[in-house]
Amino acid sequence: MPRWGMVIDLDKCFACQSCTAACRMENNTPLAGKDQADMGRAILWNEVLPFVEGEYPNIHTTMLPRPCMHCDNPACIKVCPVQATYKNEEGIVLVDYDRCIGCRMCTVACPYAVRYFNWYEPEWPEELKAHLNPEPEVQPRPKGVVEKCTFCVQRLRKARETAEAAGRTFNATDYIPACVQTCTGHARYFGDLDDPKSLVSKLSHSPRAFRMFEELGTQPKVYYLKQG
Amino acid sequence: MKMEPKNQYTQKILAPVRRVSTGDYLLWGVLLALLLAGLGAWTWQFIEGLGITGMNRPVYWGVYITNFVFFIGLAHSGTFISAILRIAGQSWRAPLTRAAEAITLFSLPFGAGSIIIDMGHPERILNLLFYGRYQSPIMWDVTAVSLYMLSSIVFFYFSLIPDIAMCRDRLTNVPRWQHRMYEILALGWNHSPEQYHRLEKVLDGMAVFMTMLVVTVHTVVSWLFGMTVQPGWHTALIGPFFLLGAILSGTAAVVIVLAVLRKVYKLEKVLHIGLFNSLRKLLITFVLGWFYMMIAEHLTIGYSSMTEELIVLTDKFSGTYALIFWGMATFVFGIPLLVFIFKGKNHIGWMVFASVLINIGMWMERYIVIIPTEVSPRMLPVMGQGSYLPALPEILITIACFAGLILLYAVFTRFFPIVPIWETAQELPGQVHIPETSPATSPAASD
Repeated sequence: MPRWGMVIDLDKCFACQSCTAACRMENNTPLAGKDQADMGRAILWNEVLPFVEGEYPNIHTTMLPRPCMHCDNPACIKVCPVQATYKNEEGIVLVDYDRCIGCRMCTVACPYAVRYFNWYEPEWPEELKAHLNPEPEVQPRPKGVVEKCTFCVQRLRKARETAEAAGRTFNATDYIPACVQTCTGHARYFGDLDDPKSLVSKLSHSPRAFRMFEELGTQPKVYYLKQG
Repeated sequence: MKMEPKNQYTQKILAPVRRVSTGDYLLWGVLLALLLAGLGAWTWQFIEGLGITGMNRPVYWGVYITNFVFFIGLAHSGTFISAILRIAGQSWRAPLTRAAEAITLFSLPFGAGSIIIDMGHPERILNLLFYGRYQSPIMWDVTAVSLYMLSSIVFFYFSLIPDIAMCRDRLTNVPRWQHRMYEILALGWNHSPEQYHRLEKVLDGMAVFMTMLVVTVHTVVSWLFGMTVQPGWHTALIGPFFLLGAILSGTAAVVIVLAVLRKVYKLEKVLHIGLFNSLRKLLITFVLGWFYMMIAEHLTIGYSSMTEELIVLTDKFSGTYALIFWGMATFVFGIPLLVFIFKGKNHIGWMVFASVLINIGMWMERYIVIIPTEVSPRMLPVMGQGSYLPALPEILITIACFAGLILLYAVFTRFFPIVPIWETAQELPGQVHIPETSPATSPAASD
């Protein structure tokens, strides 16, 4: 069983935001509009955030792309009262939108702020609405539930189906989330962390590798490669 | 001979039950209107989504959760006075037990209700039964609060039975339905010594159970926050601190309620000033205890230099929330302590003033525990600081919760005696020695 993980090389990322855009199209995240976005209610499963250290003139900014960390020991799953958020056998943290009661305890508990709440019924401009991704996993979520990055779990299913249809065994490299596929600077790597020969596994052991808030014991499966 | 507890104040205590005045209807009408306005706001929120509130990311919890914590805290009044003081053998509490328990009973629905109001999908509440898992603090809360609600109702009702029987026997000129209600609720109580013996036994037993619940309930309420790793919440002290705050605000609420009852229903003799003097001593202890917890918590955090914890602390001490923080400290600790020590003795007006301040301050405390942490999450360096202001529906619903609590209380006092006649009686049927629960002790005696 693979244990899916991601490595993001901060040296290569130049914050073009194409991952954010690709994620939006792949996963049908609704458009919040300016007013709502200003209130902090935009839903972006993947964000590129500026991490600013120091003060002017000694200032250093790191651009930090942030998908869900898909922790091995996730804070969100522990606190969900109805098991609406869960980790599947391949280590991907998912939300059951039909079961979520909207208590938002997971959003409060997640130290990485990767979980988003649907404050209203989702909306899209007509032009965009005609081009929503038809996959069943990413059908528009109703208001009142929590949603988040799934490592494009629909792509995993499709990759398996394609492999099966072609009569060959599924290979970990068949599956790649939209943000990784689109990354302009080839800064993102994706694969099976448990396979010692995989690129992500090797990179995750690089001396440059670190994980966010490692001290919290959440065991994220997204690794960063330090800048510089 | 008809057996009945002998209480020289029976007539006085039953007087408010005999008639509902125009003033009552007016008050109930206003409160009902406020309650309905809140219900309307909730309907609006249910249709539109939680977007109509001021909540956002990262402030996912706002005044609804504040209200939840506050009302559950308020509910600790009754149980503290009835259960803990019962076990401690503090017989002076007898006249105010029911008034205090009624606060418990009527604030719990609004505490529990606040959680439901806060849910994105309240209609899925049964998922808690179908899929509930005990790893989540929400399930701890749901279990503790429903158990608390259930046992409070039973405890309250049991101690009410003898008085309902007296209503049944004495209030013969009330409307038929009302008399019928007394007949049913009295469960055929006939004041036999055996019945009183058993009742006391049951109440003593339940008091032990209720005491455990009091401690558990507010501790798990705090663990809603304490179990996360968020700065400002993740502290072992949060449980005891919440519990102490709850008992403080509950006891202060009893002072307010007693003062109103004795004035409006002319119960000055029964709810004598000695009660206030006893409560004053308790309140001084709790206020000092609160201050101790405050120091213990903030000094531990402030002395360290853990970045994310300090950001939250600084925001409270001198940042966005400084006004609320220091306001809270003044309302809960500064002014009340001075008032209680120097002015409160034998002076109900001052006692009420300080108690009102305490409760405003305690609401602010719940707010100041919840919001600043959310505003400055661990991701602060990358996300920037959040902000939160309650929106109209949240304000309407908050007002409705308070109105609903007062409404239930006001209606109750017109149909049932708010001072337990049998518990304050000079002599119970079949009793040889007279208990020391007499309200007739001279007014300022207990100091």
